[in-house]
Amino acid sequence: MKAKKGDFVQIEVRILEPEERAPNLPEDTKRVPFEMRVKGFMLNDEASLGEVVRIRTFSGREVEGKLIAINPKYEHNFGEPVPEILTIGEELRELLGGM
Amino acid sequence: MEGRYSFEAVMARRAEIMKKAVGIDYEKFIIRGIAFDYEKMMKEVGYSIEEVKRIQSETCVGNTPLVELKNINRLIKKLAPKGKGARIFLKDEAANPSGSFKDRRASVSIYRAASLGYKGVIAATSGNYGAAVASQAAKKNLRCIIVQECFDNDWIGQPEILEKGRACEAYGAEVVQLTVGPELFYYTLVLLEETGYFNASLYTPYAIAGIETLGYEIAEQTQKLTGRFPDAVVVTHAGGGLITGTARGLKKAGATETKVIGASVDLRGLHMASTKDFNRKYFTTGHTGFGIPFAAYPDRADVPKNAARPLRYMDRYVLVTQGEVFYVTEMLAHLEGLQRGPAGNTSLAAAFSLAMEMDEDQIIVVNETEYTGAGKLPSAQLTFAKKMGMIIKRGDPLKEDKPGKVIAIPEHPSQIKHIEYPLEELKRSYLKELMRREGKTSFDETELNFLEEDLRLSREEVLKLIDEVKKALQA
Repeated sequence: MKAKKGDFVQIEVRILEPEERAPNLPEDTKRVPFEMRVKGFMLNDEASLGEVVRIRTFSGREVEGKLIAINPKYEHNFGEPVPEILTIGEELRELLGGM
Repeated sequence: MEGRYSFEAVMARRAEIMKKAVGIDYEKFIIRGIAFDYEKMMKEVGYSIEEVKRIQSETCVGNTPLVELKNINRLIKKLAPKGKGARIFLKDEAANPSGSFKDRRASVSIYRAASLGYKGVIAATSGNYGAAVASQAAKKNLRCIIVQECFDNDWIGQPEILEKGRACEAYGAEVVQLTVGPELFYYTLVLLEETGYFNASLYTPYAIAGIETLGYEIAEQTQKLTGRFPDAVVVTHAGGGLITGTARGLKKAGATETKVIGASVDLRGLHMASTKDFNRKYFTTGHTGFGIPFAAYPDRADVPKNAARPLRYMDRYVLVTQGEVFYVTEMLAHLEGLQRGPAGNTSLAAAFSLAMEMDEDQIIVVNETEYTGAGKLPSAQLTFAKKMGMIIKRGDPLKEDKPGKVIAIPEHPSQIKHIEYPLEELKRSYLKELMRREGKTSFDETELNFLEEDLRLSREEVLKLIDEVKKALQA
């Protein structure tokens, strides 16, 4: 799939390599790069996922990075029903003598 | 990043960048050494309650309802020992424009940014403050960038932070989403330098002045509803701003006897800068990962002198577990018809437990709620927790909760029990941090005066504590 100029996209940018990071990090964080994701409108004429592109963000900045999504969607949600909490309301109402 | 934008190079320009970006000359409040004139800073740089009220009334902020939690209070009376069981009232801060008390903080910062002529604002926050800044910036026609710590190194995002990012974008803000690490501060500096925008820090005197109306309203509304000031106000504690602003507002309204109790979710043992631990936390704020370090060293914040100084105002500090907060979140929805949370319910869980030990004619106010929904609900966080390998079970939180491993949801409301975190412990940590940082163990007269104020201790107590810490450091 290709993104066209003006499409709303998401890019990924490596800001600091592991060796460029802040001192005194815990071991697990020290080993990985410091990276960013940001969204905006693509300025290149056409690009495929994985290519380096320029975008204009909502605040009007231009940023360059690897194209990772076209029309990125929100993926967080309400979760699944969780049995461990589903009955709390009923239990409490019972303690109050029913309602 | 190399050369001018390397980590070291940018951090070396920190003071210069910050001075341009907050429009405050902090130097003029420094007295000598570690001592600075806090009240002078709050007075000269902040705003009066009247000014803040006017600024907030223009953007629909504040004047939120205070409501008695009558069904929960009935439950408390049933469970409390005879003569005990205080009444809980809740300040419904979710009624603010972007859904949390953070609008109070943002409104004054953004007003200041606009009046100083900045074209845009930047805030480094993974919390509700982002949406608050974005909302206020929209109203004042300013550009806005929110910088979040959002993903672990496998690009797994914390659902609550993803939701907060969505909210920012809904107000037209650019959201910069980063992987775990304290370099968030470094990158915020890079952005401030690039854009010349205002740093809408959570910790300026403006931001704190914005919260004072919350304490003020609590005093006035409780007085109106019950004929007296509250005996205690429970405040979810993270960076210290909410406690500081609320306590200052209470005092300004004359509620000088009201006890101010901080409450945090107990996440002790998890490392805040660890990419592995990042998604083992199911509360993104209001927890010990912020609460303890910010009390022990307030000036770790993104401004030279933090206006949020919790140890000046906190009368007690208590901890509750994740499971207890999820439980009272359900309780609030099912018994009071209020779907709110998550962080504000930390203080509700603490209040529920504290009410059991207080007299039945006493009044306890929970000072905030926040909007909830996708990413934020207990169902969203617990589903995520299960995916990350946590054990979720019904059980006694005091015995079974293990941050990063087990979330124990109480089997019965009588299992909601706060853990007392001694204030003296926080004050000892404050002095330990200070001595290590400054590389000295004795302080002059001016500095000791400052420590008395900053730790709310007598001279004798300060000297005794310094002595203890000195011995511990030498040992």
